Amino acid sequence: MTTASQEKELLKGLAKSDKQAAETIYKDNYNMVQSLIINNNGSADDARDIFQETMIVLYEKAKSGTFELNCQLKTFIYSVSRRLWLKRLHQLQKYSRRVENIAETVPVEEEIENHEHRNNQFQAMENSLQNLGEPCKSLLEAYYLQKRSMTEIAGSFGYTNADNAKNQKYKCLMRLKKLFFAQHKTKGQ
Amino acid sequence: MMEDIQLSDAVERFLQGQMDAEELSRFEQLRKSNPELDQFVVEHSIFLNQLNEFGDRKQFRSALQEIHHNLLDTGAIKPRAPKAKVVDIVRKYRRVWAVAASIASIIAITVSGLVAYFTPNFTKPQIEQLSRKVNILEKQQNALTHEVRDSTKVTTRVPVNETYKFGGTGFLIDAKGYLVTNAHVIKDAKTILVQNRGQEFKALIVKIDTERDLAILKIEDPEFKPFASLPYGFKKTGADLGEQIFTLGFPRDEIVYGEGYMSASTGYNGDTMSCQIAVAANPGNSGGPVFNKNGEVVGILSTRQLQAQGFVFAVTAKNIFKSLDELKKDTTYQNIRINTLSSVKGMERPLQIKKIEDCVFLVKTYQ
Repeated sequence: MTTASQEKELLKGLAKSDKQAAETIYKDNYNMVQSLIINNNGSADDARDIFQETMIVLYEKAKSGTFELNCQLKTFIYSVSRRLWLKRLHQLQKYSRRVENIAETVPVEEEIENHEHRNNQFQAMENSLQNLGEPCKSLLEAYYLQKRSMTEIAGSFGYTNADNAKNQKYKCLMRLKKLFFAQHKTKGQ
Repeated sequence: MMEDIQLSDAVERFLQGQMDAEELSRFEQLRKSNPELDQFVVEHSIFLNQLNEFGDRKQFRSALQEIHHNLLDTGAIKPRAPKAKVVDIVRKYRRVWAVAASIASIIAITVSGLVAYFTPNFTKPQIEQLSRKVNILEKQQNALTHEVRDSTKVTTRVPVNETYKFGGTGFLIDAKGYLVTNAHVIKDAKTILVQNRGQEFKALIVKIDTERDLAILKIEDPEFKPFASLPYGFKKTGADLGEQIFTLGFPRDEIVYGEGYMSASTGYNGDTMSCQIAVAANPGNSGGPVFNKNGEVVGILSTRQLQAQGFVFAVTAKNIFKSLDELKKDTTYQNIRINTLSSVKGMERPLQIKKIEDCVFLVKTYQ
């Protein structure tokens, strides 16, 4: 059983992408969510997907810095997972009469909505990156996603120096930006 | 042009808080005096923030996959099978089922009769089985290692008076030590040794299914330590056309990785038990697993066409399930479990291979 102060520490760790914290939360809550999904028409695969999606909601909330947990962490996780699973069932048109509750829940509609909005944006980014082509895609991924230094990148991508690589990175970034905002606009309409 | 780069750079430093006070005030001043530039800064910040968060999310996702795998390994979480809820349905639709079943059986008999009637009888000389004949040089080398082993008094599993003839690949289907490979790999074998990371284990044949070209082996060796769980799963439905696939196998004494795609849903001459894949394969690859990008087994690499380049065939994963179902009728083997969940889903490829390669073995047969 974790106390409120311990949970606060865990969330702080999670916000800093501390693996230990993430693992503790994972270990303490996975079986609960798995029971929920499996008792309600789901498979172990679904349970993993839903639980990891929930972890992402939690991670991004913790990272935003504005997260005030006013219930037990367990309750929050359970509520988000339950909501996500209901949505998924709805999409699959697998109506179950009702999703059984095995624990209490708190309202999380807002979180889910935010999360979906972000998912759409990330999807747009993913698509833009896919359409960008090589070597731009790898170059940008190396710098922005894997956070490698410009000199290192210049070495592995065969640019003569960091400045050259930087120039190329800039061109790629601008192309990505164009693709990204174009997607954004078509989606917005 | 140059200015734009500097501006983009400036926005990045601004977002990361790397500007000193003086630069910051100059930057703010510039934004106030030039609305066009301000617009750019705002837009660029939104975009860069998106990109950074996107990267964050990706990294967190793969961290979660790793955690999941670790916790499964240590047994902290356990995958649970869904409850069966079919009893009601069976009772409710008993009559419908009976009618449907009888119609289905009539159709099945007719179709199988027709198929048997129309199937051309052909032999398959145009395809080559990809088990590896070991050449004389290696035999001599083996003889040498014999001597070395004898002289150092290490107990060897290599059988005396038998020679290393063929090599292929095999991989675990159950963490307890059950392997699957191609039937042609172990044809006529007197002794079978499987090897991984230089360690050899003795294996016994559990079942040979020549019809599907599959064989199930069991490692029977005191030194073999069963795994807690397998990192990969098995996908009964196989792979779709065009899906990316990768293979691991032993065309040499070293594990070799190959990459390709699913190119046809049937095998040589329309054989429905296998499928065609585009991947580099050589003798020795036989019996090796074919994975999709999630690390789910979709087939077993088996043969290639002789006259054409790049025609490689794999027995589809469905057949493993079928073959195992037959085997499970024997009560001794009822505890074989096939894992359908891959715990390496979403990981980067090198990490996936690192987790998977321990479960792929070089199969050596002696005659």
